[in-house]
Amino acid sequence: MEKELRAEEPRLMKGNEALAEAAIRADIDAYFGYPITPQSEIIEYLMREVPNRKDKKTVVLQAESEVASINMVYGAAGAGARVMTSSSSPGISLMQEGLSYIASAQLPCLVVNVVRGGPGLGTIQPSQGDYFQATKGGGHGDYHLIVLAPASVQEMADFVFDAFRLAEKYRNPAMILADGALGQMMEKVVLPPDGGLPKTPKPWATTGKTKDREHNVITSLFIQPEEMEKVNLHLQKKYEEMQSEVRWEEFQTDDAEILLVAFGLSARICQKVVDLGREKGIKIGLLRPITLYPFPYKRIAELADKVEFILDVEMNAGQMVEDVRLAVEGKVPVYFKGRMGGMISTPEEILQEVEAIHEKQNVLHD
Amino acid sequence: MNEKLLLEDGTELEQVFCRPDTLTDVPYHYCPGCGHSVVHNVLMEVVDELDIQDKTIGVAPVGCSVFAYHYMNIDMQEAAHGRASAVATGIKRVLPDKLVFSYQGDGDLAAIGTAETIHTVNRGENILIVFINNGIYGMTGGQMAPTTLPGMVTSTSPYGRDVHMSGYPLKITDLVAQLPGAYFVTRQSVHNPNAVRKLKKAVTKAFEYQMQNKGTCFIEVVSNCPSGWKMTPVETIKYLEEVMFPYYPLGDLKVPKE
Repeated sequence: MEKELRAEEPRLMKGNEALAEAAIRADIDAYFGYPITPQSEIIEYLMREVPNRKDKKTVVLQAESEVASINMVYGAAGAGARVMTSSSSPGISLMQEGLSYIASAQLPCLVVNVVRGGPGLGTIQPSQGDYFQATKGGGHGDYHLIVLAPASVQEMADFVFDAFRLAEKYRNPAMILADGALGQMMEKVVLPPDGGLPKTPKPWATTGKTKDREHNVITSLFIQPEEMEKVNLHLQKKYEEMQSEVRWEEFQTDDAEILLVAFGLSARICQKVVDLGREKGIKIGLLRPITLYPFPYKRIAELADKVEFILDVEMNAGQMVEDVRLAVEGKVPVYFKGRMGGMISTPEEILQEVEAIHEKQNVLHD
Repeated sequence: MNEKLLLEDGTELEQVFCRPDTLTDVPYHYCPGCGHSVVHNVLMEVVDELDIQDKTIGVAPVGCSVFAYHYMNIDMQEAAHGRASAVATGIKRVLPDKLVFSYQGDGDLAAIGTAETIHTVNRGENILIVFINNGIYGMTGGQMAPTTLPGMVTSTSPYGRDVHMSGYPLKITDLVAQLPGAYFVTRQSVHNPNAVRKLKKAVTKAFEYQMQNKGTCFIEVVSNCPSGWKMTPVETIKYLEEVMFPYYPLGDLKVPKE
C-alpha cells in the first residue's frame, strides 16, 4: 500500500502547501493558527482543502491570536488529539509561554516556524534568526523542543510525519524550523502516503473520566519544590533519551580538509560551495544537522579531528556556531559566515570566505 | 444519598445532605468563608445529578481555583493565566460530544484573558464559562482586579481605586451578553442558600443547553474574598449586598427565546 502511494507522480508545490498537504495526510485532528507572512499559505491551504476531503474530520480554526492558537493546541493535545499550529517569528514569540506549559505538561504537538528576519517586526524575508529560541527552550524554565530543520520542499512535507512520530513517542512538543524561502519556493515533491501515520494510544488524555480509571489531569503546576524537582528530573531524563534521535547528513566529508556546517537553506547553498570549491581543488566537505535538537555534537567532534578548520554558515548573526564550538572544544578554529535581516549569502561569497580563511591559516602555519 | 442512620435509642435519621460523589474527599485550601468551595459543590452536584462525570472536562486557569482538579473528580486541564477559554475551545473542538466548562476568576477572564473570552463567546463555542467575580486578585495577595469597584482598597490601590487613573470596573458579562454567540448569560451569587439554589438551576440549564449544542453559556458568580477584602465572612456578605450587587445586579442578562 505504502509503495503504491509512494509511486505517486511528483508534484510541483510551494513548501508551505506541501507541509499543509502532508498534515492532512498525517491525519491531524486539528490545526489552530493565525495568519502571518511568510507562512499564511498553510492555514489557507487547510481551509481550502479539508472541506473537500470527505474522509477527514480535521478541525481547522483561525484563532484570534497566536496566544489563543497555542492554548487551543494545549487543550486539544491534552484531550488526546494530533494537533498542530504554524506561524512565523513574531507569532512564535507570542507562543513561548504556551510552549513552556505544553513542554511541562508533556503534550505532543507540532509547531511550525517559517522564520523571517528580526528582531522586532523585522522583515518578511527568510532568516535563521530563531535558532536560539527553537533549540534552547524559548520560553521560561528548563525544557527543550524536538527541532527538525528541513532544507527542501520534500522535507517540508516529510518532516510533518517525522515530527509527529517523535512528539508522540516522547510526549514532547516538536518544531519544524524552516524559513521564508523554504515556505515560499516551489520544488518537486513526492507527498507522504495518506493515512501513513497510525494514531498512538493516549491513556493520559482528558477524554472524560470513566469508572475504570482515576481522573486524568493535564497540568504544569507542581507547587511543592520536591514535586517540581521530580518533574524536572523526568524531563531531563527524557531529553537524554531523545539524544538517540539525532540526525544529520554529510557531503564529501571523507577526504575533507575544510568542513562547512550549516542547516536548512544555508546547507543547500553550502552544497554548491562544496562543488565550486572542489572544482578549484579545495577539499571542502559539509555537515548538515537535520535535527537541531538533539544536536550532532559527537559527529562534529569526530570530524574536527580530521580538518584544518570549520566554517559555520547561517542566516543570522551566529547562533548554531555556539553549538559547533561546544562540539569542537577548541581542537580546530571555528569561523562564522552569516548575513542577517533577510539577506542570504551567495555560494561565491561563502567560497571567497573559505579561501580567505584558508590563506590566513597557511600564513599562520608557515 | 438517602442512606439511613440508626441511633442507639432506635431513632432513624435520614440523610438529607452529603458531599457529591464527584467531589473528592479532600479539605479545601480556600480561606474560611470563600465562595469558591460553594460553587465547586454546586458544579459537582449538577454533574452527579445529570450523571455526566464521564462526559465532563473542566479547565481551571491560574488563580485561587487553579487547584480545582484536587476537588473535582473529573478529567481536568490546568491552563495558563487568561487562556482557559482558548484551552476549552481546543478540547471542545476535538471532543464535540463531551461537556466542557472553564472556571475563571476576574483577573483571568476580564483582564489578561479578555481577548480569549470575547472571541470564544463570539464564535459561540459550545461550552460553559463560569466566571467568579470577587473584585480582587485573591491568589497573589489582594491586588486590584478589572472588576474592583471605585474607591475599593486593594494592595495596588491602597487609597481606593481611582477611576481617573485605573479606569472603571469592567462589566464584561454585560459585554458578553451583546454577542450573538452567547446563548445564555446570567449573573448569580452564593451568599445565601436561596442564591445557591438559583445558581444550581442556572448551571443545570447551561449543561443541558450544551448537550443541545446551543452556543456559549456564561455564568458570572458575584462572590467574596474575606482575606483580600480584609473582612470577616459575615462582613463580606453585607458588602456584597450593599456595594457589589448594586454595581453588578443579579439576574439573567440573556435568556434563550423559547
